[in-house]
Amino acid sequence: MEASPETKQPEKEVIGVFVCHCGTNIGGVVNCEKVAEIASQIPGVVVSKDLKYACSDLGQEEIRKAIKEKGLNRVVVASCSPRLHEYTFKNCVEGAGLNPYFMHMVNLREQCSWVHMKEPELATGKAANLVKMGIERSRLSTALSPREVTVEPSCLIIGGGIAGIQAALDIGDKGFKTYLVEKEPSIGGHMAQLDKTFPTGDCAICILAPKMVEVARNKNVEMLSYSEVVDIQGYVGNFTVKIRKKPRYVMEEKCVGCGVCAEKCPVKVPNEFDMGFGSRKAIYVPFPQAVPLKYTIDRENCLHFKTGKCQLCVKACVNEAIDHKQEPEEIELKVGTVIVATGFDVYTPTRKGVYRYWEYKNVITALELERLINAAGPTGGHLVRPSDGVEPQRIAFIQCVGSRNLKIANKYCSRVCCMYAMKNSQIIMEHSPDAEIAIYYNDIRAFGKGFEELYHRVREDYGIEFIRGRPAKLTKDPVTENITIRAEETLLAKITEREFDLVVLSVGLIPNPGTAPVQKMLSLPVSDDGFLAESHPKLRPVETAIEGVFICGCAQGPKDIPDSVAQAKAAASAASTLMIKGKHIVEPLYANVNEELCVGCGLCAELCPYHAIEIAEKDGQSKAVVTEALCHGCGTCAAGCPQHAINQLQFTDQQLMNELTAALAAKNSAGGE
Amino acid sequence: MTEMQFEPKIIAFCCNWCSYAGADLAGVSRFQYPPNVRIIRVMCSGRVDPSFVIEAFKQGADGVIVAGCHPNDCHYISGNQKAATRAEFLTSFLEEVGIDPSRFKLEWIAGSEGEKFASTVKRMVEEIKVLGPLGSEVL
Repeated sequence: MEASPETKQPEKEVIGVFVCHCGTNIGGVVNCEKVAEIASQIPGVVVSKDLKYACSDLGQEEIRKAIKEKGLNRVVVASCSPRLHEYTFKNCVEGAGLNPYFMHMVNLREQCSWVHMKEPELATGKAANLVKMGIERSRLSTALSPREVTVEPSCLIIGGGIAGIQAALDIGDKGFKTYLVEKEPSIGGHMAQLDKTFPTGDCAICILAPKMVEVARNKNVEMLSYSEVVDIQGYVGNFTVKIRKKPRYVMEEKCVGCGVCAEKCPVKVPNEFDMGFGSRKAIYVPFPQAVPLKYTIDRENCLHFKTGKCQLCVKACVNEAIDHKQEPEEIELKVGTVIVATGFDVYTPTRKGVYRYWEYKNVITALELERLINAAGPTGGHLVRPSDGVEPQRIAFIQCVGSRNLKIANKYCSRVCCMYAMKNSQIIMEHSPDAEIAIYYNDIRAFGKGFEELYHRVREDYGIEFIRGRPAKLTKDPVTENITIRAEETLLAKITEREFDLVVLSVGLIPNPGTAPVQKMLSLPVSDDGFLAESHPKLRPVETAIEGVFICGCAQGPKDIPDSVAQAKAAASAASTLMIKGKHIVEPLYANVNEELCVGCGLCAELCPYHAIEIAEKDGQSKAVVTEALCHGCGTCAAGCPQHAINQLQFTDQQLMNELTAALAAKNSAGGE
Repeated sequence: MTEMQFEPKIIAFCCNWCSYAGADLAGVSRFQYPPNVRIIRVMCSGRVDPSFVIEAFKQGADGVIVAGCHPNDCHYISGNQKAATRAEFLTSFLEEVGIDPSRFKLEWIAGSEGEKFASTVKRMVEEIKVLGPLGSEVL
């Protein structure tokens, strides 16, 4: 780390100490004059003052004046937590021409006066000791300068659901090159499967399809569907991404989406888009509004791949778009920012669970119901029950399946199930006004805009019955295949048994299986619930611990469509801010290798959670080399180096040991100096 | 303060993101604890070299705390796991050299756990007062 020219490493420490009263916050407990006086006795200290408010303009001016007049090359500010005002005082000393890294803060407020309020003498002694620790540490400070890295003006968005689509539109519209990667043959995600959306009743595909088309048409967005991210290397501003484009066995540039091939294809398989209820051919588009509208051959079921004989689709295609010999393609991209929008999957009820999902045909999940009430679904929107294809009259919803359940370790609320159950009840009632619908719930969570109103509407206008209680047992009538639910109705304090024609499990949301590989590639932290963790739950909701990587939508946690869209726009904005600036400042906290001591054992490289250290040949010897922009400054490598050859800037072994020695040399441990 | 009563010296290495923030929150919430502790701020509990802990005992600390983020909550992904591995090693090492391993504690203290920080310090001070100054144990 080189020193900038105007702030050369000084020969001898000329130290200034400033003890802040913070009004009475510190001064009311700690005798600040006395602390300043004790500090003034320490070798090297030429100024030691107590200030009413060090952070005020007046206080800062006092510090700057002392730097200039006394030629201070170390400043110790003993005031509040560095987490609050470190930057204030760094800027302050920089204003007087001192390298900001020569300023050190001592925490006398949060960690002294406020926690020893009834022991002013002991607090004063401790404060003096804390200041001494700070002074001894600051002797070893060095001039540092933050490093700037350039940010490529391009963004990789992983996941083409509504969150990814929205983020791509926003970033593309700002003029940045955007790559939208989707593993399925079409973008759209789970939203494309839904019938209507709560609480307004908008048709999901009707509001989604225009956005899908728009993103495909956006000049700055390059859509990579049926593709997977296989590797990401690099750091903020400079990521190198490898993408594997799976073979569709249909040339995208030639396919016009006419569908003649699928008409001729002799193979019928259950359509996963319809949750297996409908069927599709081995050459298919998942749904009519698919974007891109390009056919894909499902290799596992295609007769040509199985027997080598069938060529019906090849013969049918007038554009000669079908190519059974297509190979996977690897694409390498350079991007400055990454947005992870890998979404969710729905919880699958366990095989041995009380709801008998795997045994009883007339127990279905909510996502299956979405397809069965969808006009574009396998039944044309006419709700029938799986066992006999008859329209059900008595329908029960069971809430919190796979949510708020400690037995399966999903403690969290999935946030959408209450509302989608109400929305689906309303749709069913609109189609069959004579239906009887009951919702078995634990608590109703109708917290969003317009949600409570929907809750009232379905109860009052549609007569949906809400039963508080978690069903204990489901049994099937062997003849009718109707389902009897045994449950304790907690509001009535009664155990009841009621018969239904169809039971819908309101399954919760779980992380999409596609998230885990991306999470590993980027070393992203995960929350307790298994979803990706944001940097700060309140103030950095789309940032992650990895600079330049942002998250949005259900990859971060269960949420509804408006929240996913809002978060996608936030992630797009955060990524754009980096790209607009074109550069990113990295705090000089990185690891620093002393090559004379390094023996190239590689332990540090193994310890580093960010792959920031490599062992490289240098003049014929193996040495650890740190990529500063990748290093996050945790210091784990420094703690593990058997040679003490690797150190962390601003937190060197010697700095920490100076602090330690000063702490333990104090005369009286409870009081201090 | 009389010289007669034993007042333990305790060093607490606190990670910047969780435990140091937790200590700050203890202050903001005015949770009181004994002044025997000296916090040394590190960016991550993974920064704490086992030799720092040994050095602290060599220089007369009566107790050492290493405090970091809860498992899966580490600001640096897995630094706290490394701290945990090192703590295991330290515990057996301390026993080996005749220092009661209860003088060393690894604690997970989140930025929201001001109360936990205060109670951890309180408990540690009480326990070490019972144990006596470093070196008084017979193992």
